[in-house]
Amino acid sequence: MKINKLYLFLIVVALVAPSLVYPVFLMKLLCFALFACAFNLLLGYVGLLSFGHAAFLGTGGYITGYLMLETGITPELGILAGTVGAGLLGAVYGKLAVKREGIYFAMVTLALAQLAFFFYLQAPFTGGEDGLQGVPRGALFGLIDLADNVAMYYFVLAIFIFGFWVVHRTVHSPFGQILKAIRENEPRAVSLGYNVNDYKWVAFIISSALAGLAGSTKTLVFQLASLTDVHWHMSGEVVLMTLLGGMGTIFGPLVGAGVVISIQNLLSGGELGNYIHIIMGVIFIICVLAFRSGLVGEFQKMMKKNFN
Amino acid sequence: MGSVKASIAYIVLASLGDVMATIFGINLFALSGQLLVGLINGSFYALLSLGLAIIFGLLKIINFAQGAMYMLGAFFAWMALNYLGINYWWALILVPLAIGLLAILMERFLVRPIANEDHLYSLLLTFGIALVLQGVFTHVYGSSGLPYQIPAELKGGTRLPFMYLPNYRAWIIVSSLVVCFSTWWVIEKTKLGAYLRAGTENPQLMQGFGINVPLMTTLTFGFGVALAGFAGVLAAPVYSVSPDMGSNILIVVFAIVVIGGMGSIGGAILTGLMMGVVEGLTKFLYPEASTTVIFLFMVIVLLVKPAGLFGKEA
Repeated sequence: MKINKLYLFLIVVALVAPSLVYPVFLMKLLCFALFACAFNLLLGYVGLLSFGHAAFLGTGGYITGYLMLETGITPELGILAGTVGAGLLGAVYGKLAVKREGIYFAMVTLALAQLAFFFYLQAPFTGGEDGLQGVPRGALFGLIDLADNVAMYYFVLAIFIFGFWVVHRTVHSPFGQILKAIRENEPRAVSLGYNVNDYKWVAFIISSALAGLAGSTKTLVFQLASLTDVHWHMSGEVVLMTLLGGMGTIFGPLVGAGVVISIQNLLSGGELGNYIHIIMGVIFIICVLAFRSGLVGEFQKMMKKNFN
Repeated sequence: MGSVKASIAYIVLASLGDVMATIFGINLFALSGQLLVGLINGSFYALLSLGLAIIFGLLKIINFAQGAMYMLGAFFAWMALNYLGINYWWALILVPLAIGLLAILMERFLVRPIANEDHLYSLLLTFGIALVLQGVFTHVYGSSGLPYQIPAELKGGTRLPFMYLPNYRAWIIVSSLVVCFSTWWVIEKTKLGAYLRAGTENPQLMQGFGINVPLMTTLTFGFGVALAGFAGVLAAPVYSVSPDMGSNILIVVFAIVVIGGMGSIGGAILTGLMMGVVEGLTKFLYPEASTTVIFLFMVIVLLVKPAGLFGKEA
């Protein structure tokens, strides 16, 4: 009951937000929050650290961008194609990556993502260093013109809520319980007869498809798909968002993305813009050394201590 | 059926013949050039993955900052020359020592406090350190890269019957091979190495025998990272000294580590060299794939032998 009130409150805030804050900033935030939620599904609930999630963000973005530019299909179909494409790539990458565990898993995903990076760098349809520019937003279902930022915002909000719901459903399903069992004690899950690698694989596919959904949406918002989205920096950024917000918590990635995007926005204009990577690195170090549960995790601990 | 098989065999042979003709008929010069470049890259891969493997053996962590330390090695060499007037030869000794010292401090004050946590945290910690180092050097020196002269003693080259061999390139290969194989020899054949291997197997038991395992761990970390610093100094005259030189090579080295598996020291060295040569060959046969061939190789290894070429099944 309590949690439902919180959701209601958040939705009300999200609905009135564009009249208070610049909608493009909000859309950026929602896209990255969705990206982080997708990533957290793997790290927080299965215990798999993927260092290559940028590949799925970028793949979704490039597919949507290319289709919107070249075929003139409606945006919802463009996004659907990007999501499916990223999911398929996730199926291939996931199948390979789940063969190794722990630190090796991280290295395999990073290497595979770099493979995708070089592919997009050289492929003829991605515009190389320039990326795909001037991607049209189109009209939703052919009816609602998304060129308007406020209309676009509500579309993005709907997508985010859908993605968030998928993560929430997955985590709280019997399937999600098994994922958590794998995270907590993999040999035990194996001995109970679960085919652990298949569970990891399916989780990987869901996560990569949602990351692709975030990338597709982002491409529509900024009307741009570029190499930044497939660069390993992006993979690192989503790790940071999740870690900072609190891995394995449902709101952690949301909070983490909010903080990281806000910091980037604050710094990018000013003198401190050059320090952005240094600051990100320092936050990383502090998070790992001092508060591994993240902002939301620490908050929950505090609530438990003081109110129970 | 028989005739189909025969014609396939014929096509395969014919295309193989074409490839051979290109190799032997036209471009032996280009081939040996690319192989040399491959061997040089392989030398750096070997040094870096050797360092990673040594550290992994005792600490069970992957040092994401290994690439940044390689970059730091190149920058320290450049700074030593330009600010302090320390020449290449002294830098080759002093820079790895300085970087080893830095790594020892890093191990003692950053890595050790979280040694008992999930090892993923130490990966993230070292990733953060790498970001900071790369960020600082990008901020101070820009990302365009700085030149570093080849030392006077190693200028020029030797003309071999099929290629021209620059002396400095020969020096890279020889010196990194010497360093790699003496490290291998120390670890596999000496008493010190035996302690190290025993510590890898069972640190508690070693501690029980009165060996100072924490000290050994710290020094091992320092040495593993110092190897990256050494590679950085070696690299300074051939690649331009730039802040992102480390991250670019590190991701490739990660793939190499997955290919080789970190089960053995010799395996890490061999895989590094081998992948350099594979890359060089690809640059000759099909240049478009030269940036991706190692990653593709990793995919094949994952499919065929997931534990890696030299890895033990978990």
